[in-house]
Amino acid sequence: MKQDDFSTLISRSDPGPGDGGRTGSWRVLRPVIDLGACIPSKTNKRACFNCWFYCPDGVVSKTIPPVIDYEYCKGCGICAEECPAGAISMIEEAHFMEEKNDECI
Amino acid sequence: MENKTSILNLTEDEFVHPGNRACAGCGLGIVYRTALKALGKNTILVVPPSCLTVLQGLYPIAAAKLPCLNVTFASTGAAATGVRAAMRSLKKNDVNVVAFAGDGGTGDIGIQALSGACERGDDILYICYDNEAYMNTGVQRSGTTPQGVVTTTTPITGKLQSKKDVPSIVAAHKIPYLATASAAYPLDLYDKVKKAASIKGPRYIHVHTPCPPGWGFEPRYTIKVGKLAVETGLFALYEMENSQLRLTGPSKKMLGKPRLPVTDYFKSQHRFYSLGNDLINDLQAQVDHAWDAYVIHQ
Repeated sequence: MKQDDFSTLISRSDPGPGDGGRTGSWRVLRPVIDLGACIPSKTNKRACFNCWFYCPDGVVSKTIPPVIDYEYCKGCGICAEECPAGAISMIEEAHFMEEKNDECI
Repeated sequence: MENKTSILNLTEDEFVHPGNRACAGCGLGIVYRTALKALGKNTILVVPPSCLTVLQGLYPIAAAKLPCLNVTFASTGAAATGVRAAMRSLKKNDVNVVAFAGDGGTGDIGIQALSGACERGDDILYICYDNEAYMNTGVQRSGTTPQGVVTTTTPITGKLQSKKDVPSIVAAHKIPYLATASAAYPLDLYDKVKKAASIKGPRYIHVHTPCPPGWGFEPRYTIKVGKLAVETGLFALYEMENSQLRLTGPSKKMLGKPRLPVTDYFKSQHRFYSLGNDLINDLQAQVDHAWDAYVIHQ
């Protein structure tokens, strides 16, 4: 390798999502929002957004209704724990797998 | 300090990409996300080896959208000084230079570089997230691990020595701004980082950061455990400007009111399982003593 080439080599990363892969596959429990109980969805006003605020990975959107990005949600359950209305329930991923399998049959 | 920021007017801009390598329920994820929101785009980060390096990402993908310099463990403060000097020579004085290090990288290995930067009066912001052990290498004890905590290097009996008070060590440098914050109160943290970014000179923020796998609790309780540490008085949230201590936010509201017993906090995590009654009484007495001093200060 020429000296010039060597001097221009740098270990530089570029920003992008999914450094740890599709972290949604880590999930055992899936957070599901009950829109009937969720405060901003129910009142159609910008309010609460605790799920967006406390999410360590920023996968919940600050919209009405809040949308969870299941591709990257790790399923920690902080949103379910911090939701003041108790609108988010953690449901086992196996349940969704079964549903998918039923559809196939 | 007035809490002007609320969840509703907090910016929606995200500077951390999802899908990073942090564990589920990581307190650092909340700290990092909130602090970068407060700092904004015009920021350069300096990061030593820590959990943040894991969160930051491996080559070729980085989780943060900001320029970030990965440096050696012991050189964080010095490297931040260098980045500031480079910015000065490029005449870019409005850039925030922020060192973001763990408790080991701040209080144990990186303390001389931090102390040097504070003493020189360099214009940098140093944020230490304190998860109370070396977490990304597998929970080894650090200087800031509290007394009685079981880690992989202090098995069975727990750590014998008490927690190193890093904020007080940094405060002894008489820097213009110093604060403590908690991952469980991101708005308080946001306001403190925002305020620190507006001040010139060395600034330091110490953030208490719950770690589900290292502390032994379910990932969903990250916020609850962080709040318990503040509500029991074990971790006080304060600001220090010109060496004047001022309790802020939730800790300020606790002044003169009964606090939760420290056992509530100890019971919430597996790492305290070997605590004996004598030590619990001793730690409760230490907390009471510290809070008596806060009442006199205010």
